[in-house]
Amino acid sequence: MAGEVSKAIDPKELWGGGRSPFSLSYGKMMMWFFLISDALTFGAFLVSLGWFRYTSDAWPISDQVFFHIPFIHSATPDEGFPLLYVAFMTFILIVSSVTMVLAVEAGHRNDKKTVIKYMVLTVIGGLIFLGSQVWEWAGVIAGPDGLFGTYDDTRIGGNYLGGWETVNNVLVPIVGPDQYAQFFYCVTGFHGLHVFSGVIINIIILINVIGGTYERRGHYEMVEKGGLYWHFVDLVWVFVFTFFYLL
Amino acid sequence: MERDDIIEYSLGAQHSEEEGKKIRKNIWKVTYILSAITFVEVLVGVLWSKSVVGDGDLWASIKIGYLILTVIKARYIVLEFMHLGHERKSFRSTILYPYLFLILYLIFIALNEATAVSEVNFPIN
Repeated sequence: MAGEVSKAIDPKELWGGGRSPFSLSYGKMMMWFFLISDALTFGAFLVSLGWFRYTSDAWPISDQVFFHIPFIHSATPDEGFPLLYVAFMTFILIVSSVTMVLAVEAGHRNDKKTVIKYMVLTVIGGLIFLGSQVWEWAGVIAGPDGLFGTYDDTRIGGNYLGGWETVNNVLVPIVGPDQYAQFFYCVTGFHGLHVFSGVIINIIILINVIGGTYERRGHYEMVEKGGLYWHFVDLVWVFVFTFFYLL
Repeated sequence: MERDDIIEYSLGAQHSEEEGKKIRKNIWKVTYILSAITFVEVLVGVLWSKSVVGDGDLWASIKIGYLILTVIKARYIVLEFMHLGHERKSFRSTILYPYLFLILYLIFIALNEATAVSEVNFPIN
């Protein structure tokens, strides 16, 4: 890449003050620091999922958690299509990440039309993902086909989520699949919240691009900063996909 | 309003049409790699899932394979899509090494303790 980033600068001058030693603008660097803290939050979530998995003797088979695809009714994983719809969601998020990076590239050429085109595609990808997640949650929670019911399930004789049992006259929480379900909703929900806020941020940036704010400013760095956040959302989903649906 | 006391680093990131072509080519290359890895993961997940192969040595190696593929995917997203691989080396180290150190320690300590707890709770296993 041309310009400040690759320009050779005398180290003495680099750290002497008056300029950024990383050749980065303040806003972009702070976005990275925010993403580090957010990544630590998600890392802690996933590691604690691992902790509960290691300390439980029962655990659901991950690839059978969600086996539905639209318009086809299937009651058990064997009748259904495990992984297929989640793979579709993963692919949608990767594609929207690609359109975002193409928007950033167009911004570096001050090509307003292309930036608008790819930003619109990115927003659409994010909305498809959010809709898919709503549909998935509805399938997992509700109805007799859901694996983790929040209602009293006659097949297991009780409430699956947040269930309790009596051991030696003491009421203790049921360990195992319960915890998987709680982590499932907590982590995919937290990720969904990130996708939602990412879509909102992208829409605001898109409005500014159409209004010509960044054209007047002379650079499209705001698209790049929004892009960093959007790629981070994709990055988190890569790990969520592995730890909740594959392993 | 022109200001000469601020270095505008964002202007330095701009590039020409020819450079853009090369960058776009790289973006598509990374796209193909990410899609191919996802495809392989799903294919293995459908053909050799835990419910098919059981809880044996094969499943253990498949699990390790998933983790390796995930890290490769994450590497491409961070270094290419988030552009960290093309920033200054000092910035790359500032972001990556503290995070890797903290998260690797957390993984080690949590899984180590969890194994000990598990041995107490389920001695037969």
